[in-house]
Amino acid sequence: MASYSTNEFKSGLKFMLDGDPCSIIENEFVKPGKGQAFNRVKFRNLKTGRVNERTFKSNDTVEGADVVEMDLEYSYTDGEFWHFMDPSTFEQYAADENAIAESKQWLKEQYVYTVTLWNGAPLLVSPPNFVNLAVVETDPGVRGDTSGGGGKPATLETGAVVRVPLFIEIGEVLRVDTRTSTYVERAKD
Amino acid sequence: MNSTIDWQPSAEIETLKRRAQLLADVRRFFSDRDVLEVETPVLSQAAPTAIYLDSFSTVYQPAGLKPKSYYLQTSPEFAMKRLLAAGIGDIYQIAKVFRHGELGRRHNPEFTMLEWYRPALGYQALMTEVDNLLQDVAGLPAAISMTYHDAFKQYLDVDIEVTNTSSLQDIALSQIAGLPQDWQCERDGWLELLMSEVIEPQLATLAVPVIVFDFPASQAQLAKVYQNQYGHQVAARFEVYAGGLELANGYDECQHADELHRRFEKDNQQRQAESKPVMPIDGHLLAALDAGLPACTGVALGLDRLMLLITGKQRLAEVISFDFERS
Repeated sequence: MASYSTNEFKSGLKFMLDGDPCSIIENEFVKPGKGQAFNRVKFRNLKTGRVNERTFKSNDTVEGADVVEMDLEYSYTDGEFWHFMDPSTFEQYAADENAIAESKQWLKEQYVYTVTLWNGAPLLVSPPNFVNLAVVETDPGVRGDTSGGGGKPATLETGAVVRVPLFIEIGEVLRVDTRTSTYVERAKD
Repeated sequence: MNSTIDWQPSAEIETLKRRAQLLADVRRFFSDRDVLEVETPVLSQAAPTAIYLDSFSTVYQPAGLKPKSYYLQTSPEFAMKRLLAAGIGDIYQIAKVFRHGELGRRHNPEFTMLEWYRPALGYQALMTEVDNLLQDVAGLPAAISMTYHDAFKQYLDVDIEVTNTSSLQDIALSQIAGLPQDWQCERDGWLELLMSEVIEPQLATLAVPVIVFDFPASQAQLAKVYQNQYGHQVAARFEVYAGGLELANGYDECQHADELHRRFEKDNQQRQAESKPVMPIDGHLLAALDAGLPACTGVALGLDRLMLLITGKQRLAEVISFDFERS
């Protein structure tokens, strides 16, 4: 893997730090008075998801991280691994529990997810911002109530629970915002 | 195909008009005080030796001649001091200056510097003049001032006269988020880190510019070293901080050729030790100092950064017609 000097730092650059792949969020060149310049870097640790800061001496180098993002189709789980497939090459990728933690409750077969691969293995599976999922359990709908006021919990086919308007019935397909876990609208066919 | 190239300026036209006004105001400020505008060469056969200042270089090589290196100025300081030694009196210059590798939100490798020298003014009086200029041309509130020693005392509860280097290191490592535990530098490096990462952000929260003066003697650069009223051996050097920016750096100028020559040689030795290029020492400057530089004070102020304060913009690119990427 290539190495990068601080002069090449910019947001989105993937590099290795203390054995973990990281992605630069913000890079600031600092030169105190007449002293040695340094770079103040805000980055996300792609393994833990945490955001941190680090100071580098200017002209220091870091090792690049072999990190790529791919759109992969979710196939199935065997309980230990969650299997994804590249729809164009049919190549399979197995993600472990850590990698799917953030998207577990939104995983549906044949849907496409953004998978971050590190050295060819899934590091992080991110759901699309919006998914369409069917309601498998909720209290009976209240006929005529289309105001959406109040609401009730509904369990979706992937296990996620979201608050929905009172008129929603079991079997209906809903459009849901995965970032906030909120109901958006009834899905249009 | 050319339509995909972003040829537009990086600053808005309105901002460039404000910039022109600033230049006009600066010229009026100095003409009101009988300070003469001068121009000096941008290209020089010599260059500053300061270890963390990297000059651009180019080669002069007309057909049949041996190639000769020339350097783009990092500031017009040396040539202006030669004018002072020649007896020109109070002078200022608005100059394009160039610093290799300095690129970021608040750095552009080519930038505009306002530099002036006042043989008639003392060190404190020059600080007052900088304050007056900032109020006059940029509408900033009146500045406050404090010694470097007091800034460390007030914001870090550290007495730098008695605190050893390893204590400074401990403080820096515990107070600066993201500083790796294996960070290595000399005493001045730790002081600079604490200044820029701990003290400056606190100065930035004050609504007024802050002039920090009497720097450690080890950070004298081209300033005189003297014993101040507290009995501390310090450099007659000041920096102006405003809105989280380092805006200006001033000296009561060292007049001694031998002393400066020693500092330049020492810089070059350190450059050699760090495998950085050794710079050609400016013999013209040293000869001028030998002939006699009048007692004088001088200061350099970044006009692009002043534009940030005036306009409230966040990036230098927004106050420069074409930033480095579009140059």
